[in-house]
Amino acid sequence: MSIFSKYEPLARSLAAVTDGGGRNPFAVVIDRPISSTVGVIEGRETLLFGTNNYLGLSQSEAAIEAAIDTLRTHGVGTTGSRIANGTQGLHRQLEERIAAFFRRRHCMVFSTGYQANLGMISALAGKDDYLLLDADSHASIYDGSRLSQAQVIRFRHNDADDLHKRLRRLDGTPGAKLIVVEGIYSMMGDVVPMAEFAAVKRETGAWLLADEAHSVGVMGEHGRGVAESCGVEKDVDFVVGTFSKSLGTVGGYCVSDEDGLDLIRLCSRPYMFTASLPPDVIAATMAALSELEQRPELRHRLMDNARRLHAGLNAIGLRTGPQASPVVSVVLDEIDQAVRFWNRLLDLGVYVNLSLPPATPDQRPLLRTSVMATHDAAQIDQAIEIFAIVARELGLGH
Amino acid sequence: MSETVADVSALIIQTLLANPKVPRDISGGSKIVEDLAFDSLAVMNFVMEIEDSLDVSVPLDRLADIRTIDDLANCIVSLKQGG
Repeated sequence: MSIFSKYEPLARSLAAVTDGGGRNPFAVVIDRPISSTVGVIEGRETLLFGTNNYLGLSQSEAAIEAAIDTLRTHGVGTTGSRIANGTQGLHRQLEERIAAFFRRRHCMVFSTGYQANLGMISALAGKDDYLLLDADSHASIYDGSRLSQAQVIRFRHNDADDLHKRLRRLDGTPGAKLIVVEGIYSMMGDVVPMAEFAAVKRETGAWLLADEAHSVGVMGEHGRGVAESCGVEKDVDFVVGTFSKSLGTVGGYCVSDEDGLDLIRLCSRPYMFTASLPPDVIAATMAALSELEQRPELRHRLMDNARRLHAGLNAIGLRTGPQASPVVSVVLDEIDQAVRFWNRLLDLGVYVNLSLPPATPDQRPLLRTSVMATHDAAQIDQAIEIFAIVARELGLGH
Repeated sequence: MSETVADVSALIIQTLLANPKVPRDISGGSKIVEDLAFDSLAVMNFVMEIEDSLDVSVPLDRLADIRTIDDLANCIVSLKQGG
């Protein structure tokens, strides 16, 4: 028997997606970027509406220059973990910059956003503790919970009353209770009612960790995320985030006012046993953070663009999430319909993400788009027009 | 209130049958993933419904050992008895 035989159902699912000559949606190659909003795919210039590059900073001139300068002075890699092979001055500088941005006392950086959730959740929650996870949590949160060996309880998506009920069932049980929510949920773009969760946290004495991966640089007056926009940052004990979305690079972090955060460096395996961020990435990230701080107009333009796309897709009769956010997903009913829609969008020059169950809520396939501050109105209107053409071809929408 | 395994198993079957996609001939011995064709997310969502009916939380790590409807019923009864 082949070691791969357990993946036969997966192979059949993939074949169902590619049967009839469709592309493999998980193997699209962007040959090269022309700008933050346009890339070359299959030899054609294609509008990018699926890169999570919310502020367009992956192509920031300042970040590129900072990375090049730092490559010349520091070299191309760190060749090891910070625990085993040493922290570089740049790691400390980055942590101080991120902590100052969030007005927190401590910051730990990780090599990816995935590892930040994995490393924080697994180390904060021990085997006698309880993790309370939103049902629609990202895979990195679920994986962190498995690595933690804690008792894991799900509550209904964005439902603070349901969380309260589940915490009440734990009354009198020993062990810390850690609530985990996200700022903006990555599949539908819906925003957490953070003030409601903060109230439950205060009332029950639980701890609260917020993954603001998709909301930092996007929400809040200073771009610190949903907790800032809701005025409840003090109630969030741990903020986890990533550099690979609004900051355009790669890496993850956790900020907190808890002095115990430094101990996590000595017990978080995804922090300890992996190579640390390379110098050019750190320099580019710090430059991008300065740009995020100094150019609030990027956030305003991003939200204007999100509203334009959300309204436009709804106007042509497609079903999206309830609120405009930088993630705008079109909800479809059948997988084969979604696969055909996605292929035709790419034929006509628009790249979006095809998201399939079980990675989506409610078992429905999604055409997931992410908007950028650097899209101009004409690009958004063109994308909406192409969605309308394909919807008509498939007998959907108006 | 103290439900028996048979009570809980019957409630689970009743809840499952409310879903038209579930085969009609399920029993306590039916395997949740294989016989009902549930993926991991569908299992977790279905367990959430049962949790609300019985006012109990089933930690996700306990789900890993559950194959059949009766296994789930046993697990819930044990949790309700403080185990």
